[in-house]
Amino acid sequence: MKVKVLCRNPDDYVRETTRDIQRVPRNYDPTLHPFEVPREYTRAMNATKLERVFAKPFVAALDGHRDAVNCMAKHPTSLSTLLSGSCDGEVKVWNLPTKKCVRTLQAHEGFVRGMCARFCGTSFFTVGDDKTIKQWKMEAPGYGEEEEPLNMILGKTVYTGIDHHQKEGVFATCGQQVDIWDEQRSSPIRSFTWGVDSVSCVRFNPVETELLASCASDRSIILYDMREATPLQKVIMNMRSNTLCWNPMEAYIFTCANEDYHLYTYDMRQLSMPIVMHSDHVSAVLDVDYSPTGKEFVSASFDKTIRIFPEKKSHSRSVYHTKRMQHVICVKWSLDNKYIMTGSDEMNIRLWKANASEKLGLLTTREKQAQNYSQKLKQKFQHHPQIRRITRHRHLPREIYSQRKELHVMKEARRRKPEVQLMCSERSGTALSPSKKKLSNVPSLLVSFFLKCKVLLAHHRS
Amino acid sequence: MAKRKAKASRVRSESSSKAAKNSTQVMTYDDGEDELLEGDDDDAVISASEEDEGGSDDERKHRKLLEAISALGGKKRRKLAERSEASVQVSEFAVSAEGAGEKISLSDLLGAMDQTPSAVKSTKKQLQNLESCKDTLELPLSRQETEKIQRKVAFEKTSKDVSQWESIVKQNQRAEQLVFPLNQEPSGPKPVEHVVVGWKPRTPLEMEVFSLLHKNMQPINDPLLTPMEEASLKAMSLEEAKIRRAELQKIRALQSYYEAKAKRERKIKSKKYHKVLKKGKRKELLKEFEEMRNKDPAAALEELKKMELARMEERMSLKHQNSGKWAKSKAIMAKYDDEARKAMQQQLEMNKELTQKLALPPESEEEQEPEETEVVPDFANDAQAAADPANPWMMGKLSAEPAEKDCGGDDKESAVENTQNEEEREPEGDEEEENEEDVLLREFDEKRKSRRPDDDALAPPFQVDKEETEGEKKEEPVCVSSEDEHEGEVVSEFKSLFQKLLANGHESTVNKGTGQDAKESDAEEPALLDEGLSRVRSLEDVDELLGQGLVREHAEDVAEVKEKIPTTAEETKNERTDKRKKKKILDLNDVLTRDAKVISVPLAPTAIGEEEVAERGGFFRSFVGLRGDEGNGEGDQRMLVQEAFAGDDVVADFLKDKKKRVEAGKPKVVDLTLPGWGEWGGVGLKPSRYKRRRFRIKVAPPPPRKDRNLPNVIISDARESSVAMHQVSQLPFSFEKPEQFECSIRTPTGHTWNTQRTVQKLTAPKVVTQLGSIIEPITRDSLDKSKAQTRGKKAPDIVLASAGAEGQGPRKGRRKAGKNDARNLHNSRRRAIKRTK
Repeated sequence: MKVKVLCRNPDDYVRETTRDIQRVPRNYDPTLHPFEVPREYTRAMNATKLERVFAKPFVAALDGHRDAVNCMAKHPTSLSTLLSGSCDGEVKVWNLPTKKCVRTLQAHEGFVRGMCARFCGTSFFTVGDDKTIKQWKMEAPGYGEEEEPLNMILGKTVYTGIDHHQKEGVFATCGQQVDIWDEQRSSPIRSFTWGVDSVSCVRFNPVETELLASCASDRSIILYDMREATPLQKVIMNMRSNTLCWNPMEAYIFTCANEDYHLYTYDMRQLSMPIVMHSDHVSAVLDVDYSPTGKEFVSASFDKTIRIFPEKKSHSRSVYHTKRMQHVICVKWSLDNKYIMTGSDEMNIRLWKANASEKLGLLTTREKQAQNYSQKLKQKFQHHPQIRRITRHRHLPREIYSQRKELHVMKEARRRKPEVQLMCSERSGTALSPSKKKLSNVPSLLVSFFLKCKVLLAHHRS
Repeated sequence: MAKRKAKASRVRSESSSKAAKNSTQVMTYDDGEDELLEGDDDDAVISASEEDEGGSDDERKHRKLLEAISALGGKKRRKLAERSEASVQVSEFAVSAEGAGEKISLSDLLGAMDQTPSAVKSTKKQLQNLESCKDTLELPLSRQETEKIQRKVAFEKTSKDVSQWESIVKQNQRAEQLVFPLNQEPSGPKPVEHVVVGWKPRTPLEMEVFSLLHKNMQPINDPLLTPMEEASLKAMSLEEAKIRRAELQKIRALQSYYEAKAKRERKIKSKKYHKVLKKGKRKELLKEFEEMRNKDPAAALEELKKMELARMEERMSLKHQNSGKWAKSKAIMAKYDDEARKAMQQQLEMNKELTQKLALPPESEEEQEPEETEVVPDFANDAQAAADPANPWMMGKLSAEPAEKDCGGDDKESAVENTQNEEEREPEGDEEEENEEDVLLREFDEKRKSRRPDDDALAPPFQVDKEETEGEKKEEPVCVSSEDEHEGEVVSEFKSLFQKLLANGHESTVNKGTGQDAKESDAEEPALLDEGLSRVRSLEDVDELLGQGLVREHAEDVAEVKEKIPTTAEETKNERTDKRKKKKILDLNDVLTRDAKVISVPLAPTAIGEEEVAERGGFFRSFVGLRGDEGNGEGDQRMLVQEAFAGDDVVADFLKDKKKRVEAGKPKVVDLTLPGWGEWGGVGLKPSRYKRRRFRIKVAPPPPRKDRNLPNVIISDARESSVAMHQVSQLPFSFEKPEQFECSIRTPTGHTWNTQRTVQKLTAPKVVTQLGSIIEPITRDSLDKSKAQTRGKKAPDIVLASAGAEGQGPRKGRRKAGKNDARNLHNSRRRAIKRTK
């Protein structure tokens, strides 16, 4: 009889140095590892549960402002710096890791309406209710020096917003008209008007850097090209847009935050119809900002929540709120795609994780692998009811919850109405044309008016 | 210009008679220029004088009158605005001129031109033309309208600009993985060319080296061949080329010839032809082999080795094991489709043929064929696997089978009777190989097959016949059969395989080697089943099995059947039959339950079943391995298991449970008869038979149970709520078929099932960001880069084309053209490199 001897080559299991990882010989024979699907399902379930357990997005609150935070600006080259302007004309510079205010300056009398940093990060601009545009140094003044703006332009009218060009010394302000300024000159190099009394927000396109878009109070969004003499195009919506934001990775996509509780993503070449209507908020949306990867954006709303939407999904993937956070006025997504900053009515700036359950800080390779694996599993089993239920569950404050329900009822009724009408009408034989315009800009004016009234009432009560 | 106008006016004149005069004028323009010009001048002069005389006189009077009237009113009614101050914006309404209201004619303005003789004639002509044409110019568009148009144009331009990004956006959306920030420098070592670009020799040594390199025209970067080397590589002498070409031609011709031949042969549909062909080939091969064996044994050995290698390869691969996608699909069809079944069988046969162990050095001449030694198909081991010595439960199962064997025996007998009649019917004309026994065997088999649908319990022990009838040769070594892994094959396949083996004139495999699964009530199996591992005795049996000596002692009832023990060639048929009978008797005693029906029906087991059996097979293997030298530890463990589960009769319980379920699943007759309706009722009175028949509702029999052929499986179709909670009820969006979705779920991603590299690939996240790095918006560079890439792709084409054009000029012969090509390519590459730099 043949005798077989087990023998092993030490090379197969001995590490060369102690810094190598241990070799673990494995037998991948599928018969030795049965029940792949159930086992992976269990893992996915655990991962999902853990994700929800660890979903604690709130990182820190920065308090120091003595009035509501009206605007914020990201530092283009430093992740740890944040600028914020409040309703009492104060501008603060924050150090995020230490959660401390580094510098405070009284920039304007009245509101600081808008602010933006220069692309190189050496200075920043503010506009305020005192009809001035001021340019400030990013560094704090030395000992004994007075806090003074580098430049100041006194305009004829109030400026309501400002944005800086991505690469050149050019910035744009808005107010009664949209002005393009050269940093070296005291008068605008170009002004655009298009029958509007006031423009509330202007944004440069970060990719096609010569393009701008603005939101005007006649419920319109207007596109401009810096090089042209006239504005390019305008779309009028049923309600006013508060702000808009360009997608930093897709040159022709922008999203606007509308008063009618929704956000609309447009392709600038096709303004007749938005690509997606993002709905989930239960009150006017006040601000929106894209993640630097262009895959998601965050919106701040009057309903005291912020929501994160995937780029082209009509519903949000998560909602953040705390008891103490009031109407969120401004929101920014940090440039490393990790954090979200919100400025709200109750004078606080809050720092959130963009990914609620993400572990912060450096991860070891194994941690990273485990994370990737669990992500993959979650994605793989996302359609399974239990997992879906767990992943989708979120807590909402009671008011928002009930308001949502109410809105849902209203929406249903609106949807049903034509059907019912048709049913009750004499010529019920005619087929109802399928409502293709599901994405129609906005519900009818009447309805939106009704909504607005409701909101006002609610505010009044509170 | 003038002509065109003239033509236009001509057209007009044709339509309206009013402008007849005008048109004649114009016509004359065309004829002769000079004379007409003069004439025209006269005309103009005349008209001017006319105006002066008539119209202007009246006008002046009229105006004076008006002024007088307005003076009466005390103040001027309308003051003419004056341009007093220079400003950017001038209202068009405020502009005034002296003598407003008077009509200004062109001739007024150009009066001076007539005087100057040097005035350009053509200009004059144009002016005259203008004058003659009475149409007024259109008003310029209003400001709003112009702006609208401007906006439209500008928007179109910008949207076109912006659309350039579309490709990149789409590319990013489609990308498997996006790493932010974009445009990162790839880490790791860079190619030397990139590093060296900016570097220049400075030290004398370096200079010297470089000068040497330059002298030899040694390229420093990319194509590391000198032009000389390249040329020499490319070059080929004319003779060589000719020879090579001839060769190629010949080969091509041959190839086409063979192709044609093969095609012709392939088109022949006769199966018989192919069969004969194959057989002939095989014979030829065998003959060759024999010759070789006689002439030079070394080569024969080589051949043998080759065969062995092929066998090894086959055993390693899953190629013909009916485990592929095709085979699985066929397996589903096999129930209903004979052809599919056949195809599967063929596959298995192939596998079997290839995995056959080669004969040990043959004793006699007849046995030289490599196919002589036979291997029991893998799945034949099932039963053995079932008879796992370490698992007392599994042994119990076997006890159920004796009954089958009995009926199998009956079958056999009847079959034997039948065979005599049917012998002549054999269609095959292979006289040489097939002896009578084989024919018999095949017929048995066929009969059994045909009978199967009728009674589920089938177990014609045709193996017995084999044993009885066939001259024994060597049995295959134990280890072979034991090694073979169990595969859940359909028994019919096995049978047919076996039949084939027999038909080929090989010795019958004694399937002792194969274990009998409860499922396999096959002809061969009954004998094996007879091992008599009844549940009752199983514990002792296992003990005995483990102890070698004991095995020998119980040889009659257990051991020899217990397969694997080769019946030696010396044994006579009689001895065998005796044994067989003995076995049968013993087994009859062993019968525990009469659940044989449930158990016996063989069919392909489910996947899980397979796994189990495979595991059991593993156990068994280990058992066989140990049998030679008994391991004490094994025995201890077995004892332990026995003790622990002494009171349990799991298999019987399971069978009972299953039976119960089957019963419960059967539809019940609904009796709706109501006593007393339409007839007398009361104690002791039964409703009439008619009525009972009338109101008894028979329910259609349910579809056959899925586990009807799987003895150790209970399949329940009922929806279980606890499981349903975790199941997907609707096909998720983006999947079109349930199969797609199942597929997406089925593939495991974890490291338990995949190698590390695979796991990394499978779990790679879609978006990767770097901790603490700023992600800038996408820049124009990336757009340019993508454009450059597309351009870069095109560039070589152009170069090649031009090279081709060069070659086409004077015919220089192939070689030179080739060289040119090469050089061009080389140059283009250099250029490309520069561009990338």
